Formats: sequence, structure tokens, C-alpha cells
Amino acid sequence: MSTKILKIHDLEKTYTSGSKKLTVLSAISFDIEKGSIFSIVGPSGSGKTTLLGLCAGLDHPSAGSIELCGSNLQDLNEDERALLRNKEVGFIFQNFQLLPTLTALENVIVPLELQGEKNAAKVGLELLEKVGLFDRVHHYPSQLSGGEQQRVALARAFSNKPSILFADEPTGNLDEETGEKVIQLLFQLNKEAGTTLVIITHDLDLANRTQQILRLKGGKIMSNEKTVAVS
Amino acid sequence: MSKLTSKTAIQWLFKMAWRDGKASISRLLLFMASIILGIAAVVSIQLFSENLKDNIKNQSKGLMGADFIIDSKQLPSKKVQAIIDSLGANASEVNFVSMAAFPKNEGTKLVKVRALEGEFPFYGDLETAPASAAATYQKLGGALVDATLLLQYNLKPGDSIKLGKLTFPIIGALKSIPGTTAISSSVAPTVLIPFRFINETELLQQGSRKEYQYFFVAPPTMDIELLAKKLGPVLDTENADIDTHTSTSARLGRSYDNVGRFLNLSAFIALLLGCIGIASSVHIYIKEKLKNVAVLKCLGATRKQTFLIYLLQIVGIGLIGGILGSAIGVGLQYAFPYILKGFLPFDIQIAITATPILMGVTLGVLMSVLFALLPLLGTWYVSPLEVLRGTDDHLVKPRKARLFTLAAIILFIFLFSFWLLKDAVNGLLFTVGILITFAIMAGVSSLFMKAIKKYFPSNWGFTTRQSLLNLYRPNNQTMVLILSIGLGTFLISTLYFTKDILLAKTSVENRTKDPNIILMDVQNTQKEAVINTIIPKGLEIIDNIPIVTMRMQRIKERLVNDIRQDSTSEINSWILNHEFRTTYRSELIASEEIIAGTWVQQMQPGEPILISIADNIAKDAGLNIGDVVVFNIQGVLMETNVGSIRKVNWANLQLNFSIVFPAGVLENAPQFNVLTTYVPNDASSADLQRDLVQKFPTISILDLRQIFTIVEDVLNKIAWIINFMAFFSILTGIIVLIGSVRNSKYQRIKESVLLRTLGAKSSQILQITALEYVYLGMLGSLVGILLSLISSQLIATLVFKEPFIPSVVPFLVFLPGITLLVLLIGLSNIRSVLKSAPLEVLRKEG
Repeated sequence: MSTKILKIHDLEKTYTSGSKKLTVLSAISFDIEKGSIFSIVGPSGSGKTTLLGLCAGLDHPSAGSIELCGSNLQDLNEDERALLRNKEVGFIFQNFQLLPTLTALENVIVPLELQGEKNAAKVGLELLEKVGLFDRVHHYPSQLSGGEQQRVALARAFSNKPSILFADEPTGNLDEETGEKVIQLLFQLNKEAGTTLVIITHDLDLANRTQQILRLKGGKIMSNEKTVAVS
Repeated sequence: MSKLTSKTAIQWLFKMAWRDGKASISRLLLFMASIILGIAAVVSIQLFSENLKDNIKNQSKGLMGADFIIDSKQLPSKKVQAIIDSLGANASEVNFVSMAAFPKNEGTKLVKVRALEGEFPFYGDLETAPASAAATYQKLGGALVDATLLLQYNLKPGDSIKLGKLTFPIIGALKSIPGTTAISSSVAPTVLIPFRFINETELLQQGSRKEYQYFFVAPPTMDIELLAKKLGPVLDTENADIDTHTSTSARLGRSYDNVGRFLNLSAFIALLLGCIGIASSVHIYIKEKLKNVAVLKCLGATRKQTFLIYLLQIVGIGLIGGILGSAIGVGLQYAFPYILKGFLPFDIQIAITATPILMGVTLGVLMSVLFALLPLLGTWYVSPLEVLRGTDDHLVKPRKARLFTLAAIILFIFLFSFWLLKDAVNGLLFTVGILITFAIMAGVSSLFMKAIKKYFPSNWGFTTRQSLLNLYRPNNQTMVLILSIGLGTFLISTLYFTKDILLAKTSVENRTKDPNIILMDVQNTQKEAVINTIIPKGLEIIDNIPIVTMRMQRIKERLVNDIRQDSTSEINSWILNHEFRTTYRSELIASEEIIAGTWVQQMQPGEPILISIADNIAKDAGLNIGDVVVFNIQGVLMETNVGSIRKVNWANLQLNFSIVFPAGVLENAPQFNVLTTYVPNDASSADLQRDLVQKFPTISILDLRQIFTIVEDVLNKIAWIINFMAFFSILTGIIVLIGSVRNSKYQRIKESVLLRTLGAKSSQILQITALEYVYLGMLGSLVGILLSLISSQLIATLVFKEPFIPSVVPFLVFLPGITLLVLLIGLSNIRSVLKSAPLEVLRKEG
């Protein structure tokens, strides 16, 4: 049985604008071990977000293959990929991306309800308690601070017990102190759940706290090194 | 595996739709308002139409007072009398208009005398005050006089009324009699007298207009429709007619068709505007939701699930809107009987039937879904990548699905207009008209953008340049706004012009110095004496018109009786049965214009008699210049040729004739005269009428000043109905406008905030925004009004068959009004930008 949760092979992504072709990613190959903490770093425009989108099945590659949790993404249609995300993947976004019309609790339990989970509310309440928001469960996102919104997003990301969690600049919109609290919470929850964590970040200090760093520049891999994690 | 089919998954969809919808309820209000207004208009009109039909059907016998009637404009011929005798008439009457005098106060009034024999009516009620008068007037030999007339002339039972040579005691006030409308009785109020006194009044004379009616009660086993079918042609040849209670109620139903058509048209327009409102408000709503959809897809929701969440919301709002609209529609129809009271010869009993309500609710859901589909499709195709990217640049616009939706919308418009107008061709014309209007508006906005780009005034100031730039930059709203403002204005202006067409049909001008007293039925022997009564009072004779009544005997080579039997004949049947009132003169009058042939002033001896006919006669009788028409002038046959065809302006209350003979032909034929004069005030009118009635009791006097008052009252009632219905469309139009302009809000706010951040003053932002909305408002409403001129001309010609003279009101009121409204709504959008700090706005607007 393979220990790799994500296998990327010779990935390429190009966009066509009129007669011009723009290559955003090329010759990208790497694997991620189950249960590991992985980071992708690189300057703006290096292709980090595009790579995350492709890894999570949010977009189609122009060439190459992606195997996520044992499924080859090219073989899946839109809805099958959505189902795979629902069962195996969690997300944390820079802008939190909570549904503004749902309360904190309702936001957290959406992935569970999509799975038809009957005890969704109970699980959601436990998770919100873990992230310290038990007293804010019926608040709407607009009634929460940025840090609180990201904690709700953390609870939501872990609610479906994902095999792999993608975090896109999770502290990008938070001040340093709040950002640090969120990261500690993220690592703690990840440890408890044994989830594979992929973090995209500009923050090299944060990257150095992961077990492996993939450096991108101009759409190409500059390095892919293991670190001595300090989380 | 997708669990959409499982109960839990479906429950979750409902739960999500509710959770998301309840937090966005304020944004869905515009959407719901559009549905409510459109549905309310349709349901109220449909319910009322159903009630009207049911009432006419249920009260058909009561409306006529008998099962069937045989009537004739002359004493029945032997053949007709034999038919009447064989069927056994249960009652009969002769009716005519005549002057009545009231000895108590020397008042006079034109009345409709109904001299009755027998116990009419057999169905419905003869309502009188006192109630016993209905049963006793025949026995007592008195008159029942219209209740309003008694009030006007301060009369009461016990006073007397003089008709011709005879004075009758007034037995009671006549409150209602089957088959009479409030309007017809206000022109010539009804007076009922026993038939046995008619000769003594000496009011029936040769040539005077009268109608003999024979009322029948059919045995239950008799098929009266079959009887009418068999007897009709026979009676036609004898210038008599048979009417059954069912055919009368059908005709009565048809006579309200024009009002019905207009009401349906208003409902259709209100509904169409509502549909635009739905499309426009759902467009904004879904645009705001696309990010949520992308997040849901990231979390694992399928396309179908996300689509269904919002579809369920739309269906829910459509359902609630449909229910509320239907409830309002049900309430509104209670108002119609009061609005239409004067037009209907019976009381309307309002009943609530399920069909229009069910139809309203179904329609609410259907139109919501259909018109929301285009924006809803966005949820299907939105990529989860939007969450990472934050733009909708990659949003796929599915061509096939959009085309399919558009085709469904067009089909819906056609089917609905067909259903409302009950005419496939008119329905198709409306649909095509709407599509062409849409295409023209899209073309105009596209040309407008290109023209600004090409002739951009680079030397203008910053704010004016910026406002013009907004019109054609990427993500501009020019096309969308011009389409919705233009279409809304187009529909409202069309409705306004249609109202003009309908009102013009009945309009009269109360001009001074034109005749306002018409003396009818003046015999040749009385003419000089009548003139000698008028002139000494300082009044002048304005018209002195001889009238000869006749029927057509032969048209071209065929006898009229033969044409009647020929089912393939294209000659309109009214021509064959009509008693024409013709005149002779040597000059054309102001309301006439020769459109073919030559006007003949005087008949030349030895030459054929060249008559002039109106264009409608030429069309309905299939006559051309030179064709032969043989007339039967009270037993004498006269061969004539069509010498000219005239266009006659029938719109004014003026003595116009469809057939005019040249001088030198009819001078010795049996005839009566119409004299006209002008009286300056009520007192001289009363004085003249009193004198004339005393000396010449058989002459009928029509006081046009009274008619003007009645017509004005009728027009006011019609205008009220029309305005009442137009109100729906205008209100819906405003909602659409708010929706459309709000649509552009999101684009403009971010730009305004950026400009503010870069140091723009409030006045500059205000000016840029104001100018942009003024351009859009003016262009949209102008195109809408111009296009409505074309559509109104088509409606006037094809639907109402009336001339169309456009009013300037849409240009003077709608154009600036709508532009101002667009400007105000547009400026209200950037109020938050002007009042708050830029960062605050950016945070709020996301």
C-alpha cells in the first residue's frame, strides 16, 4: 500500500489569451507522504495558488497527472472530484471564505451535512469548542473578527476528518499575534487528526516549521527539501 | 457517490436553501415585489372576467326578461305576424324615443317610451318604488318613470307625465328593467306605459324610428337555438329578427371584449415587466452568491446540489409571491364591479374560483424559474477556483444552455400572450414585437457605445470624460441598463398610448357655437312652423337636413334576399338588414373627403343616379365606383350607381351619413327632417324645449349639452379603469428600474471608492455618476418611447382598428421622469461611498 497521498507527475498549466500562450507551471513533479506537513513557497506569480488549485482538483492541468488519495483526478468528472473533496480534502483560505449567510456552526457543519452525517451539529459544536468559539456558534461571519473567522474556517476544515488539508496563506489576512495563534491551533488540530497538511505561504518562518518545503519560481520547482521541523 | 436522491440529501438542500435565503431576504424583496404585482394584475383580471362571464350566463334570461324575442323596426309583415301568432307571444311592446313633458314644473326631457302589453318581464325583476307599482300600472293606466328622471325633475308618484297628446299619471318610479344599462338610460330614460294607450298619444308616425318587440316564454322542451336557426333566415327576409337569451348574453359578453382586451393587455404588460424584474433582481442576487457557490463546491458540493439550493430559493419566492399576488388579485377584483358599475346592465356577484388562483400561483413559480434560469445557470458553471482567484474571468458562459433558456422564455411569452389575448396571431405579433424591440434596443446601445468610442471628446473635462468612459469600458452596464430602462419605458408608453387610442374612440369636443340642440323626426309639414318657433327666440337654424329611410334591395346584380342565403358571400350581414338613414345635398360637409370617384351635386335628367357612399359601406358591401345598388324606399324601388366614395370622420357628435344622394332625387320621397340650433344656456334650452314639446309633441329633442356631460362621465369612468390598471404596470416598471440600476451598483461602488482613495472630491464622484445615469436614462427612455410609437400604431390598426394620434405626454413626462428616477436611484447607490471612509466601504462591499 502506497504511503503517498498526493503524487504529481510532470504537471503543466498554460493559459491561452488570444494567440498567446502563457505557461504558468511546467515540469512539476513531487509526492507528499501521508500525515506529513508540507509547504509550498515562492514569490508572487510563481504559480503557488495555481498548483494548489490543481492539487485539490479545482482546475484541470494542461498536461501531466495528479493522483490524490489514490484517485487519478484526470479520470474524474466535476462532480466526482467534488465528492472526493468532500470526503478527503479540507481547505483553509487566506480570506476565510465563510458563507456570509450561515452562522458559525452552520458553516462548520456544511461538509458533514453534504456527507449526510446525522450528528453534524454535535461534531460542529465540539470543533467550535476546540477552537475556543463555543460562545459564538450562532454568530454570522460579519459579527466575528478576522481571527475568529479563521478559527471557524479551521473548525470547518477539520469537520469532515479530511485525509489532506490545503491551507492557502492561512495567516495572510491576520496580524502577527493572531496569525501565530491560528497556526498553533492548525498544527494542534492537525496533530490530533493525523491529517496531511499542505500550506502555501510567503512566510519562510512558517515554512520552516513544516517537514518539507517546495520552492517555486516562474512556474518551475527550484527545490524540494526536507527540513527539521520546529512546530 | 452522490446522495441527492436520498431523503437526507434532499432535506439538506431545503435546509441550505432556507438558511441562505433567510439571511438574504431583504435582497429578495425586489424579486418578490415583481412577482406579486404581475400576478395580482393577472389574477384580478382573470377572476373578474370569469365572474363576468358566469354572471352573464346565469342571468341571461333575467337580462332579456324572456326566453326569446322577435323584433322588427316596422309593423310585422303578414308572414312575420303569422310566425308570432303560431308561437304565441306572451307579451309585446313598441318602443321609441320621444319628448316627455312634466306639467307640474313645465320640464321636458327626451325619453325612451316602452308601450307594453302583457306581464313582461318573465325573468328578472321590474323593480319599482313603490314595489306594488310594477303590478298595478297596467291596470291603472299609468306610467312607470325612470327613478333618476323623477329625482332630476323633482317628481313623485301621483304627478303626471305628458307623452304626445296624452297625459299619464305617474304610478311609480322605475328602478330597473331587464336589459337596460345605466348609461343608455341616462341618455333617454325609460318610461313604461300600457300599450293600449299608444294610438291616443299619436306619437307613432310614418318614418319615425320605432321598434316592435314580441316576448316569448319557451316550453322547457323547446330547443330555442334550433328555433332561432330555422326562423332567423325567414325573419331576415322580412326585416325582422329573433334574439334568444343565450345569443343576447353572448353578444353582451362580446361587447365588453374591448375593455377585456385592454385589461388583459395591461395584465400582460405588468407581467412582462415583472418578468424583467425577476431576471434583473435574480441576476444581482446570484452574482452575489457565486462566491458562496464556489466555496460550497470547494467543500464538496456538486453542481446539481449548488444549483438546486438556489433553484429552491427561487421556487420558494415564486410560490410565496404567487400566493400573495393571487391574494391581492382576489381582493382587487371586488373593486371591479364598482369601477364598471355604469357599464353593466346587471349586478355582478363576485365568486372566488380556484382556477385563476391556482393559475396565479403556478404562474408565479413558472415565471420565477424561467426568468431566473439565465442567471441561475451561472451557479452550475462557476468554478471552485473562484475561491482562490476571486474573479469571475473564467466563468464559462454556456451557449447551448443559454439558447435553450431563451427559447423557453420566448415560448412562454408567446403561450401566455396567446392565452390572454385568445388569438394566436395577436399573440405571435406581440411576441415578435417584444423580440424586435429587444433587438433594436440592443442594437442602439451597441451603436451608442461604438459612437462614443469613435468620437470620444478627449478635450472635455475629467468628470465628463470619466462618465462617458464608464459607458463603454469593460464590465460596463450600458447594454443591460438601456435594455431594461428602454423596455420598461416602451411597455409603459405603449400602455399610455393604447389608453389614448381607447379614449379617443369615445372622445367628443364640446365646442362653442356648434349645434347643441338637435330636433329629430320633424315632418315636412311641421318644418316651417318649427323654424318659426326657433327664429323669434333669437336662435338660428344651423342645419336643416332631410332624412329618407331605405333598405338595400339589390347589390350589383344580386338580390339582397339571395345574398342572405349565400353562406360564401363576403358582404357583411349588417348591410343586408340595415335600415339606412340617408340624406340628399349638393355640397360636401367639413367632416367628409372624397377618396374615389366624383362628387355629384345635382342629378342630371336622363343620367343614372350617382350616390356617394362612405368608405366603410364600400368595404362591407364590396362596392366600387360604378356599381349598381337598388334601394327600397318604403315600397318604391330606386336604382342608383356608386358615383363617389367618401372618407367620413365619425369621431365627432355630428350629423354624418353613410349614403348621400345628389340634390334633385329624393325631394318628394317620404321623409322627415333634422334641424339643429345652438342655445347659449340651460334657461334658453328649457324655454325652447318647453315651447316645442307643447306645439309639436311628436318631435324628439336631443340636448347635446346633457350628452356631453354623460359622455364625460363615461370617459372619466373608463379613464379610471385604465389608470387603475396602468398603475400596476408603472409600479412594476419602477421596481424593474430599481433592480436594473442596483445591478450596476457593484461595479460603480468599487470604482468610486478607488477614485475617492486617489483623492477625488465628493462633488466629482457625484458628477461622474450623475452624468452616466443621465445618459443612460435619457437614451433608454427615448428609445423606449420612440419604439412604443410604432407598437401603438400597430395596436391601433390591428387590435382596436382605430386611428392613432400620439400624445406628447410620454415625451414631456416619461422621458424626464424616468431619467430623473434613474438618476436618483443611481445616486442613492453611491451614497455610502460619499458618506463613509473608503476602507470602510471596501470592507463592507467585499
